[in-house]
Amino acid sequence: MRPDLTVRLGSWEAPNPVLTAAGCAGTGRELAPFCDLSRIGAVTTKSVMIEPRAGNPMPRMAETPSGMVSALGLQGPGIDVLVQRDLPWLVSQGARAIVSLAGSGPQEYSELAHRLDGLSICAVEVNLSCVNPASQGRRFAHEPAEAAAVVRAVRDATAGDVPVFAKLAVDGVDLRELAEACVTAGADGLSLINTVRGLAVNIDTRRLAVAGGSEQGGLSGPAIRPIALAAVHDVHATVPDVPIIGMGGVRSGTDVMEFMLAGASAVAVGTAIVHDPGAGERILREFTEGLERRGIERAADLVGAAHGGNE
Amino acid sequence: MSDFRPVQVRVPVLSVRHMDSYHAITVVAPSIAERFRSGQFVAVAVGGEHSSMLLRRVFSIHDVKPDFGGTVEFVFSERGNGTEWLAERRARDLLDVVGPLGRPFPLPRDPVNCALVGEEQGAAALFPLANTLRRRGCRVDFALGGATADRVLGTAQARRLGETVSVATGDGSAGTRGGVLDLVSRLIETSRTEVVYASAPVPVLRSVAAVAEKYDIPAQVRVEEAMACGTGVCMGCVVPVVGEDGITRMARACVDGPVFRAERLRFGDVGTIPFDALGAPGWKSAVEDTAVREAG
Repeated sequence: MRPDLTVRLGSWEAPNPVLTAAGCAGTGRELAPFCDLSRIGAVTTKSVMIEPRAGNPMPRMAETPSGMVSALGLQGPGIDVLVQRDLPWLVSQGARAIVSLAGSGPQEYSELAHRLDGLSICAVEVNLSCVNPASQGRRFAHEPAEAAAVVRAVRDATAGDVPVFAKLAVDGVDLRELAEACVTAGADGLSLINTVRGLAVNIDTRRLAVAGGSEQGGLSGPAIRPIALAAVHDVHATVPDVPIIGMGGVRSGTDVMEFMLAGASAVAVGTAIVHDPGAGERILREFTEGLERRGIERAADLVGAAHGGNE
Repeated sequence: MSDFRPVQVRVPVLSVRHMDSYHAITVVAPSIAERFRSGQFVAVAVGGEHSSMLLRRVFSIHDVKPDFGGTVEFVFSERGNGTEWLAERRARDLLDVVGPLGRPFPLPRDPVNCALVGEEQGAAALFPLANTLRRRGCRVDFALGGATADRVLGTAQARRLGETVSVATGDGSAGTRGGVLDLVSRLIETSRTEVVYASAPVPVLRSVAAVAEKYDIPAQVRVEEAMACGTGVCMGCVVPVVGEDGITRMARACVDGPVFRAERLRFGDVGTIPFDALGAPGWKSAVEDTAVREAG
């Protein structure tokens, strides 16, 4: 019997738990030749800002053991292009879209959320790793109160039937406190984790291997998977009723199970797509086969099961 | 209509050979071969299924043949762990290959005289182009360069395909001593070149573009930026390109290129975010300044 793959992410029921992570699926168009976007749970669009943004200079990326350090600087065409060009295209492909928002303050996040009003999207993800200009270069996610203000602004500006997920990073924060602040502010769910601060050095040029430097360089890929799993585990223990989208080094169907057992309701595939553009569909297939092999009838039964008595 | 969308395939290696100081791997990949157009490339996963090397390595397609149902050959030099692993592949090993990727060289409508300028492994992309141009009745002249004689890629092949072949090496071990650029002006004059195609590092492309501009002939340049995915998702390989609307955007070398019209590429600003690029810090004020100046 085919297992039931549906998972609940707040008010949205996803057909399966394999999503793409923000910034790793382009606009969706680039992936479409390799992955049927209508089959995977959802496509998360690259974090969008109000205005177009050119991003960081090159080099933007360096390979590291089982990962990469990247500093792209949120290059993108701005919300108007997303709304007019990319979202309609995704919908026309039968894909479900989660839109990731990036801004410089609650007002800007709120305006972004307003622009999505009435559009066909499954969820909004709030990228809280943006630099807060009012806070000496610290990020919203570094200050629970600031993060909460952003989340509240987005929740207020988003239609009630569209869940809002707050995306957190683990660097220099008390993750449980941050998660609770976001949930109290109205987040329907949490996305864990963003890239981990990291650095690579090019010994030939004697320069940092990514131009953004250590302030902006973020490590992703399987190298950070144990860190991501620990974050998902801890946050699920803290707020067990809040759905979590787990991400960080997901590369196989087994990884999806691991994240779900630790407490994620769904997972997002990121750097694996850079390596394998067909990763989304492949991982979903591996996950489904893994459930069948183990006689698991409902994917949702996995969520948090590794917590034993906690569930 | 043909399907030009790239494919991801696991394909067997047919042969691995040395080519001058480079390696050339031929894979049996009919679906890539039938979609291929000159100038496109492949992105290859290295290190096997559970590799810790996550970024793809991208290589110019050097040759496409109908034998064995459709083979594709790409050329590379050993530069690190990934390419060392590739150089150790043997016949029947499987490779995960994505391709063909990128925008191909635009082709002239009429038979014209074409100069093909390549340095080191950049030259690989010029050979399928030369074949296509020849079939269309174009005259093809080659200018090839490299640091040393064994770094000049494909001289013998160029002799078969080109009316003329001129070679320059940094150490003078083959052809004239110097850079490939030193050959271009003379080539354009003696061959009455009408279009220049170049595939080389950016500083060389920049000089070639300047020469082409001096002679008022169009140049198509193919960049070799480092790429992590080759498919456009990672945005790691951006170069500043002026659009038809006059606005500079950070274009992805992999999907918006790797071939650009020379006058569109801002060579001097490659590796930077020009202040007036769309979305650069302060770009709005730059646009407004222009508007104010024009109004004034």
